[in-house]
Amino acid sequence: MRWINRRPRRGAEMLLLCLPFAALVAAYLIGSAIRLDANPADKLLPSPAQLWAGIQRIALMPDPRTGEWLLWSDTAASLMRLAAGLGIATVIALLLGMAVGLLPYLRASLGAFVAFLSMVPPLALLPILFITLGLGEAAKICLIVIGVAPIMTRDLALRVHEIPREMIVKAETLSASTWLIALRVVLPQVLPRLLTSLRLQLGPAFLFLIAAEAISADAGLGYRIFLVRRYLAMDVIFPYVAWITLLAVLADIAIDRLRSRVFPWSDLERGA
Amino acid sequence: MHDPDFHRDFCRARLIGAVTLGLCLAVAGHARAEEKTDFKVAWSIYAGWMPWGYAADNGIVQKWADKYGIAIEVTQFNDYVESMNQFTAGGYDAVTLTNMDGLSIPAAGGVDTTAVIVGDFSAGNDAVILKDGTALTDIAGRPVNLVEFSVSHYLLARALDSVGLSERDVSIVNTADPDMVGAFQTPDVTAMVTWNPMASEIAALPGATKVFDSAQIPGEIIDLMVANTEVLQDNPDFGKALAGIWYETTALMVADTPEGAAARAAMGAASGTDGAGYEAQLAATRLFDKPAEAVAFVNSPDLATTMDHVRGFLFDKGLLGPTAPSADAVGIELPSGQVLGDGANVKLRFTDDWMQMAADGAL
Repeated sequence: MRWINRRPRRGAEMLLLCLPFAALVAAYLIGSAIRLDANPADKLLPSPAQLWAGIQRIALMPDPRTGEWLLWSDTAASLMRLAAGLGIATVIALLLGMAVGLLPYLRASLGAFVAFLSMVPPLALLPILFITLGLGEAAKICLIVIGVAPIMTRDLALRVHEIPREMIVKAETLSASTWLIALRVVLPQVLPRLLTSLRLQLGPAFLFLIAAEAISADAGLGYRIFLVRRYLAMDVIFPYVAWITLLAVLADIAIDRLRSRVFPWSDLERGA
Repeated sequence: MHDPDFHRDFCRARLIGAVTLGLCLAVAGHARAEEKTDFKVAWSIYAGWMPWGYAADNGIVQKWADKYGIAIEVTQFNDYVESMNQFTAGGYDAVTLTNMDGLSIPAAGGVDTTAVIVGDFSAGNDAVILKDGTALTDIAGRPVNLVEFSVSHYLLARALDSVGLSERDVSIVNTADPDMVGAFQTPDVTAMVTWNPMASEIAALPGATKVFDSAQIPGEIIDLMVANTEVLQDNPDFGKALAGIWYETTALMVADTPEGAAARAAMGAASGTDGAGYEAQLAATRLFDKPAEAVAFVNSPDLATTMDHVRGFLFDKGLLGPTAPSADAVGIELPSGQVLGDGANVKLRFTDDWMQMAADGAL
């Protein structure tokens, strides 16, 4: 039988799913054991017990110096920035993307500009942002918006443009105005795509968030990682990285669930 | 359908892969502690460390390595913290760092570290700068932008201490050093602690006043070339070569000759300024270009007082490790053999061995 036709059975599938994770954990444990054997105070690859002690210190008890529960206060600060940034970016993408995709005049004037903007490397703009917007929340949120909004806008505009011309013409024959067509024909069709686009931008958004927090902050997930990196506290960094990954995965799943709950038909479209 | 052989082979391959990866992770740091001929040195941009880059670019490193029949690879790091982390992880045999970072990063990380060369101390290169304030006491109640847990943080603690304030009287905002100059020009930043070249640039901005600098705590922020103690013990020639490189380069750079001026201009250019800018930084740096003076410095009782301040600060900030019961957790050995803290866990050693050899002309 050809390899492309062989499929794992259900049990084997679970096993195959777990294997890469298990291999990663095993590699870590072996490396950690070897290093700690050579130097018991080694910080690079802490043992599971040290990791657990680190997790307890950051998540399960207040910090002795500030009295704050570090992981939770950092998470709250970061998620607030992330939600604000992604929220603003989504609204911009929806309004601008629909307008550019729908109206030839706007497409002529803004289409190339948005494409141009989406190619600017946002991290290179950081110094400008910090000087114009200060070191507070505004600059951090703005970096996320600048980082993800142009790409989301382009994506949405392309999607609007892909809507079959016949559908628009049909609506026109039923005497729909531009506004009505946008609202009743285009909007419902692109909303699922907007959510998917948002999902795909979660990774970049986290990247920009952490970059902004590394430069100036007094709380946040990225702030903590870059702070404790100064003394190589991998027992804090590893749990934080795992936590950020988990948050991103959960947000990804939540947005996808939302899409298929609110727009059940979009699942059919994707399969087609 | 199901092929058990394949499955078993697959699992075995995974396991082998995991073990290999684990070994790679671990072995990264363990090609040491024996006689060897290839050494790796990391340095980063700072007024007092520029000689290392100059020496590497102008054949001085090559010359001394050849003399002892070894090879020395010198790498410039754009990121100071990363250079120390690499040293701590075992990727490098020697690195440039400050006395404080030496204690909190490699030493607290269990890597036995020896200061081979005491290169200079900061005598004004680090400063506390206020906007709309004339005296240090004006800092009370303000947010202070600085690189948390760096020598700037230490300088602030010492400065506050000198006027009877404490860190509770201010709030700290961690800010990355490349962004200090831009950050100072935003309205919500009113107090800052940083180092040169940023400090002199910021102090020159309108409305900025330098209210405290490291010249007021002379000899406390020390710039070192440290090496892994085991590597040094097994390969004393490596220490000799480092000393040879340092004193040949610094003798050249302080010389009032066209060659000296050329060397200073080259180091200035490499650090992103020019000859004049670099000389201004050097004026705020007490460079030890004569080995005898460095030997006298490490042997003075002031070093013990300084390191006591430093370890107290680090312990207070939790930087000697979360489980450190007191500032004594990590032992610091002084050239006299006196040990500060835990004698059974000496991880940072000051010595005059190689500097004395240089002073005696025995290299």
